Amino acid sequence: MVTDRITSIEKYLKLKSKTATLAVFRFLFGLMMFLSIIRFWNKGWIETIYLEPNFHFSYYGFEWAKPLGDFTYVLFLICGLVSLFIAIGYKYRISIIIFFLSFTYIELMDKTTYLNHYYFISILSFLLIFLPANATFSIDSYLRKREYSSIPKWTIDSIKLLLAIVYFHAGIAKLNSDWLLRAQPLRIWLPSKYDFPVIGENLLQQEWFHYAMSWGGAAYDLSIPFLLYYKKTRTLGFILVLVFHLSTSFLFPSIGMFPFIMIVATLVFLDDNIHERLLNKVKSKIKIFKKIKTLDFYDFKKIPKSAIVSIFAIFFLFQFILPWRYVLYPDELFWTEEGYKFSWRVLLTEKTGLATFKIVDGKTKQFFYVNNTDFLSRFQEKQMSCQPSAILEYAHYLGNHFKSQGHKNVEVYVDSFVALNGRLSSRFIDPKVDLYKVKESFSHKDWIIPFSSEIKIKGI
Amino acid sequence: MIKKTILFLTLLLLILSCDSSDESEDVNVDNFDRGVLLSHLADNIIIPSYQEFSTKMSDLKSAGQTFVTNPDQANLEAFRNSWLQAYKNWQHVEMFDIGKADELLYYFHMNVFPISVTKIEQGIASGNYDLSDSNYHDAQGFPALDYFLHGVAPTDMEILEKYTTSSNATVYKAYITDILNKMSDLTTKVSNDWSNGFRDVFVSSTSNTATSSLNKIVNDYVFYYEKRLRSNKVGIPAGVFSSNPLPEKVEAFYNQTVSKELVLESLDVFKDVFEGKYKGNASANRSSFQQYLQALDRDDISSAIINQLAVAKTQLNALNGNFFEQINQDNQKMTQTYDELQKAVVLLKTDMLQAFSVNLDYEDGDGDG
Repeated sequence: MVTDRITSIEKYLKLKSKTATLAVFRFLFGLMMFLSIIRFWNKGWIETIYLEPNFHFSYYGFEWAKPLGDFTYVLFLICGLVSLFIAIGYKYRISIIIFFLSFTYIELMDKTTYLNHYYFISILSFLLIFLPANATFSIDSYLRKREYSSIPKWTIDSIKLLLAIVYFHAGIAKLNSDWLLRAQPLRIWLPSKYDFPVIGENLLQQEWFHYAMSWGGAAYDLSIPFLLYYKKTRTLGFILVLVFHLSTSFLFPSIGMFPFIMIVATLVFLDDNIHERLLNKVKSKIKIFKKIKTLDFYDFKKIPKSAIVSIFAIFFLFQFILPWRYVLYPDELFWTEEGYKFSWRVLLTEKTGLATFKIVDGKTKQFFYVNNTDFLSRFQEKQMSCQPSAILEYAHYLGNHFKSQGHKNVEVYVDSFVALNGRLSSRFIDPKVDLYKVKESFSHKDWIIPFSSEIKIKGI
Repeated sequence: MIKKTILFLTLLLLILSCDSSDESEDVNVDNFDRGVLLSHLADNIIIPSYQEFSTKMSDLKSAGQTFVTNPDQANLEAFRNSWLQAYKNWQHVEMFDIGKADELLYYFHMNVFPISVTKIEQGIASGNYDLSDSNYHDAQGFPALDYFLHGVAPTDMEILEKYTTSSNATVYKAYITDILNKMSDLTTKVSNDWSNGFRDVFVSSTSNTATSSLNKIVNDYVFYYEKRLRSNKVGIPAGVFSSNPLPEKVEAFYNQTVSKELVLESLDVFKDVFEGKYKGNASANRSSFQQYLQALDRDDISSAIINQLAVAKTQLNALNGNFFEQINQDNQKMTQTYDELQKAVVLLKTDMLQAFSVNLDYEDGDGDG
């Protein structure tokens, strides 16, 4: 029985697939990343997000990752440059490693900008490190004077699996009463797009439409990996991918490049032959590719197969488990956000918060309030106000700041309120807890006031 | 498989659309016309308020001119009285920091306090000052007039001496004239701009973008309450942002007696704007933030705001008319007032802004909720 399974795994690992699919994916991925970096730079966000603020929010354990002053531009430059290298397949392996490191470092510099799709790009680029994406249609293959027409099937399947995990978890996360039974937060967002052409004043205002979009969105996320996987439903799947992502991009321009990256990424599900035909057409027009010798099968020689199998097994196991870590925490996930990130919860909550910090002299009980705009950008303040871990980190920053200014017996308290998905705002953090004494950890933050709204959130 | 999926999705959509369209009749939020909200704000509140303030401002200017020409006790009293009337009326327009007002930094020439006495006195001693320079924002407007009218010397007799027998009398009077000219000039520009075209621009910009009128006015409105009303008038002098109370930072510090009167006026106007109360004579098409919330089915927020503003007003009413005394004698009452004002900030900034889902006046990065 066990040996059967092992042999079937071995059989699977020997299956072949066309190299073209992975090469097309590599080219488009590199190009999209290059455009993303240019867009980010062009919007002036390097300045406003990484250079202007004096203080940056860190991920727990990654406090060492901070913006590098003017070298932050160099970091983006490197990241953009290796994106281009990835697209053209030049020094692919080292380029993708540098891309993974620089992109991930950029994301770690400030938690304020956290986006699910940034995390997606980090883990996808990690995966790509191990894949022979330059085996054809690349400068590398031109330089080596050889290319390969086929590669192990599992290399392409691993990308498909990652996409399936993203979609499926995003779908699962929508199976809650706020999303399905209250059409929140779409019910807040869609009517506010009243200036949207044609449908803004009518369709977007209809309650049934908010429900239809909520249910449709959940159904889309849950079914799309399957629709794309089976040949019979693939065309329908692609039409849905286009309709869904383009409409979210139009309606929510603030999600940026994400829809386009997903549209491009799902092309990997297309039939191998389509990719190959496309690639051959392009290659026939480029002279340098004509002198390359085509070999049959690329197999991993330098890295032992067992190493790759175990890395991938651990990687995917981690991806399956991580989104579920929230079950280890008590209280409402959307409220405490304990286990919220890295779990494909996209556009699920509309949270607005207000956090006013109070610096108290523990002995004299004299106090004053902090003006957040003295320390944070408005974007940072907005994000901080509804995330307990950020509130705690900022409280420590304030404590240290005022201590260094000569204030004695510094205690830091916060008066904070949050409104979640159209509920009336209520108190968020225990105002009697001196946050300066609280240490960050992975255990439950018992200084968050339990979620007390009568409108509970039920679901997965 | 493909057929089944299409069938399933179509059915799902059909079921959903049939199912909920029955109830959507009465919960339809489509009927709120933001254009009406903006035109009501412009035609029946903002423009009449500016017209009224322009009158008070020209009264103040002529009282000032009379005083400068003939600085005696009677003219001083008349000037003081006009100053107070205009200052109170200023509270009706300060929050509309949009269009020309924003462009000309109107507020910064009208009501930055506390003022810098050193700057004013040095300017007078050297005869060298420039009220258009941003460095002189805290040396002009109502707060500087307050100083000239009440604070330049301890007694009325000595105050009058400054403008009659003192060696710098001419410069003192010139400074007052310059302040009045600046204030009146800017007021005319801002008020005229509303009548000459800006009104139409304002009313037609109903979209939900960072630069649209609706978003800007909502942002300005909330900002006004938080910074200018809550912080400047109450919080900062009560010392809630500093280690110690700073009573010399109250509004109208040199007059000493009217700080409460001014903030009450400001709070009343703030509430009136929320409810869309008329300033002018018209009576049709009333529309307001309150009605917008109600149209979004959020009566709970609108009544919470109204209630909290009422609580804050009660708390304010219990204070000494002289905030300087109040802070020195019993600052706790002052900080309690701040706390009540603050509770409304929570409702405005979290609940109301979430319900309106206005795009904020900055773009700082992507977001996926």
